[in-house]
Amino acid sequence: MTGKQQPRLEAAGITKMFGGIRALNDISLEVLPKQIVGIIGPNGAGKTTTFNVITGAYRPSTGEVRLDGKAVTAEPSHLIARAGISRTFQNIRLFGDMTVWEHLLVAQPHSDFTLRRLLPTRWADPQAFRRAEEILEFLKLADVKDRIARSLPYGIQRRVEIARAISARPKLLLLDEPVAGMNHDEADDIRRLILTLRDSGLSILLIDHDMAFVMNLCDYLYVLDFGVMIAQGRPDQIRSNPVVLDAYLGHAT
Amino acid sequence: MMSTYYAGLLADVGILLLGALSVYIILATGQLSLGNAGFMGIGAYLTSYLTVTMGVPLTLALVIAAAASGAIGVIIGFPALRLRGIYLAMATLGFGEMVRSFFLNFDAMGGAGGFHGMRHVSLGYIWTWAAAILLLVAILEHSQIWLELRAVRDDETAAALVGLDTTTIKVGAFGFAAAVAAIAGGLFAHHHVYIEPGNFSFERSIDFVLAVILGGSTVGAGALVGALLLVMLPEHLRFLADWRFAVFGGLLIAMLLVRRQGILDRSLFRFFEFRRSA
Amino acid sequence: MLLQQLVNGLTLGAVYTLIALSFSLVMGILGVLNLAIAELFMLGGYFGFAAILAKLPLPVALLAGMAGAALVAAVIERVGYQPFRDAPVVTPMLSTLGFSIILQNVATNIWGSDPLQLPDEVFGARFTLGPVSASAMQLTIVGATVVLVALLAFVVQRTALGRALRAVAENRDVARLLGVSAGPLTLLAFMLSGALAGAAGVLIGLHYAAITPYIGVEIGLKAIAVMVVGGTGRIWGALIAGPLIGVAEVMTTAYGGSQIRDFVVYGLMIVILLLRPQGLLGGARTEQGPRV
Repeated sequence: MTGKQQPRLEAAGITKMFGGIRALNDISLEVLPKQIVGIIGPNGAGKTTTFNVITGAYRPSTGEVRLDGKAVTAEPSHLIARAGISRTFQNIRLFGDMTVWEHLLVAQPHSDFTLRRLLPTRWADPQAFRRAEEILEFLKLADVKDRIARSLPYGIQRRVEIARAISARPKLLLLDEPVAGMNHDEADDIRRLILTLRDSGLSILLIDHDMAFVMNLCDYLYVLDFGVMIAQGRPDQIRSNPVVLDAYLGHAT
Repeated sequence: MMSTYYAGLLADVGILLLGALSVYIILATGQLSLGNAGFMGIGAYLTSYLTVTMGVPLTLALVIAAAASGAIGVIIGFPALRLRGIYLAMATLGFGEMVRSFFLNFDAMGGAGGFHGMRHVSLGYIWTWAAAILLLVAILEHSQIWLELRAVRDDETAAALVGLDTTTIKVGAFGFAAAVAAIAGGLFAHHHVYIEPGNFSFERSIDFVLAVILGGSTVGAGALVGALLLVMLPEHLRFLADWRFAVFGGLLIAMLLVRRQGILDRSLFRFFEFRRSA
Repeated sequence: MLLQQLVNGLTLGAVYTLIALSFSLVMGILGVLNLAIAELFMLGGYFGFAAILAKLPLPVALLAGMAGAALVAAVIERVGYQPFRDAPVVTPMLSTLGFSIILQNVATNIWGSDPLQLPDEVFGARFTLGPVSASAMQLTIVGATVVLVALLAFVVQRTALGRALRAVAENRDVARLLGVSAGPLTLLAFMLSGALAGAAGVLIGLHYAAITPYIGVEIGLKAIAVMVVGGTGRIWGALIAGPLIGVAEVMTTAYGGSQIRDFVVYGLMIVILLLRPQGLLGGARTEQGPRV
C-alpha cells in the first residue's frame, strides 16, 4: 500500500464518542481506485459506525474523511452521496411501495432546479430512463421491473438495493454485509457482481462476517475490535496474524 | 340547465378538492397536517383584501395570495422539519388555530364580524382553477420529484444516501400545499362573498383530511372522489341529513379498517395502465 | 383584583389539567393522540348534567360522567386503537378522529345544538375571604380536581397496575418480554383517561352552568396545548402546565383582550414542540441520533 496513487477514500484518525463511550478510536483507512477493501471484526466492533461516519450520518468527534483528496467530513448525507459515495444497509432498506423500476429511477442523479424534475420523467429525461434500463439489465432485474421491491425474495432485494446504490453513479460503493443470510449460490452471485462492478471502475468498501467470502474477494483488509484497528493487510497476511486469531477465537468462546 | 342549487354544491366540491389536494401533497412526504385551514384562511383574507380594497383583478389576486401563502408555508416548513407524525400534526393544528385567532383580532378586516364586498365568481371559474391544479398534481405524480417525495416518506435516511435533498423536498411540498390551500381560500371567499374567521377552523382542516383519507391517500384523484363523496352523498341520501357526520366518521373508521389507502389507490391506476398498453 | 383573577384562573386551570392528564395518559403510555378525548369530555358533561337534573347529588353526577366516558373510551380502544396498534402512529389518531366526529354528531342529535343550561339554584353560594371571593362551584372544581389527581397518582405510582402501566410507557417491547400483557393494560389506560376527561366535562359544565356539543373541540384542542407544554412523554407535566395556562388565559382576558389568548396559547405550544419537546420542566432530551 504505498501512497503513489491518490486514494479514492481516506478516513484519517476517526474517533467517535457516544456519551462517554469511545465507539471508534483513531481509525484510519483508505481505499484505492478499483480496489475492493473489507472491514472485518466481531459484533459491536464499530464497523457500521465507521460506515455511518463516512456517509455523514454521524459527525466524528475527531478526524477527517476525504473523497479523492477532498474533505467531506460530516457534510449532509445527500451531498456526500452526490460527491460519489453510495451505500447499502445491513438490514435492507428499500422504499415501501415502490417498484424495482422506481427505485432505479429515483436514485438517478439530477440537478437541483430544473424543469426536468417536475415533468414526467419518461419525456423530460430520456437519458435517466436509459441509464436506469442499463442498470436493470446489468443486475438482471428486468424480469421483476414492475414488482413492488419489498415483495421480492430476500436475495433479489439485495440486488435491488445494490442497483439503487449504483444508480446514483457513485465512485465508491459501501456494502454493509452484502451476503448476510444468503446461501452459497446466492453469495457467489453477489461476489461475481462485486468483481464486475470493480472492473467497471468502482471502488468498494465492504463489511462482512463471512471470512471465506471476504478473504476470497478483498484486495486489502482492516480488522476492527472494540473500536480499535487491531490489524490491516492483504488477506494472506491477515489469515496468519496472531492478534486477529486471538480476537476472533477470544470472542468465539 | 343546472340549477343554482347544484351549482353551489359543485362549487363546494371544487373548493374542497383544492383543500384536500393541499393535505394530499403534504401527506405524500409522509406527514399529516391538521392546520391547512390556516393557509386557506390566509388565502381567503389576502385575496379579498386585494380585490375589494386594492381593486386587483381576482386571478392576479389569487396568484399573489398563493405566492404569499406558499412563502409562509416554506417558512413554517423549516421548523416543521424537526417534527414528525403526531408532533407535526399537533403543531400544524396549533398553527391553524393561531391563524384563526389572528383574524378574529384583525379589526382592519372586520375581526369577528367578518369581511365582505367580494364579487361572486362563476362555477366555471372555480372549476378552471380546481381542474388546472388537479391536472398539475397528476402531471407531477409522474415526475422525478414525486418519486423523491415518496422516497422521503418511506425512508428519509436511505433517500438522503442516494443523494436526495430531503430538506428541500419536504419544505417545498409544504410551500406548494400552502399555495394550493390559499387558492381554495380565495375561491371560497369569492364564492360565498363573505368570510369570517370561523370559516377556517379546525373542522375545515378535518374536512380536507377526511376527503383525502376516504377518497384515496396515495393518488391525487382520490381527493376528487373524496370531495365529491363528502359534498354529494348527504344530498342524495336525504335521510342522512342529521346523521351525515356520524356516517362520515363511521366511514373513516371502516375505511381505515378494511382499506387504509382509501377508495382509489396506485395499484388501481397501474391496473388500468397495464390494460391500456396490453 | 389580581388575586381574584388568580382564583378564576386556577379554576379553569384545574379543568385543563384533568383533560391534559387524560390526553397524556394515552400519549405517554401508548404514544397515541386520542382526538376523541375532546368529545369524551363533552359527553361526560352531558352525563353529569343529566344526573344533576335528575336531582342526584354532585358526587354521583361526577361518577356518572366518569363512568359514561370511560365506557365510551373502552369502545374506542377496542374498535379504534387495537386494530391499529402496529400501524403508523397517524393511523390510530385518524380513527379516533372518526370517533370524535361521530360522538359530536350523536350529541347534537340527542341534546340539540343549543346550550343546555343548569338551573340557578344549584351551587349559588359564595365564600369570601378578604378581597377574594370564590363560588362554591369554584371550590368544588378545584377540590374535585385535587382528589382525582391524588387518586390517579396513587394508582399510577403505588399499585401493581400502575407499575405495569409505567413499564409499558418506558418500553413496550421490554414490557412484553417481562410478561406484562399490553392488551388489557391499553384498555385500562384508555378507560382511566376517559374517566378523567368525563370528570373534567362535569366540572366545566358546572363552571359555565351550561354545556354545548361543541365545547369538546374548543376546550379539548386547548388541552392538547396544555399537554404539550407540560411535556408529551410525561404524565405529570400537566399539573404545572394546566394551572399555568389557566391563569395566563384569565389574565390576558382581564388585562389584554380576550381574543389574543388563543394566539398566545397555541404559539406557546408550537414553541415548546420545537424547542423543548420534553415539556417546560422536562429533563434531558432522550432523542437518539439517526439509527442506521
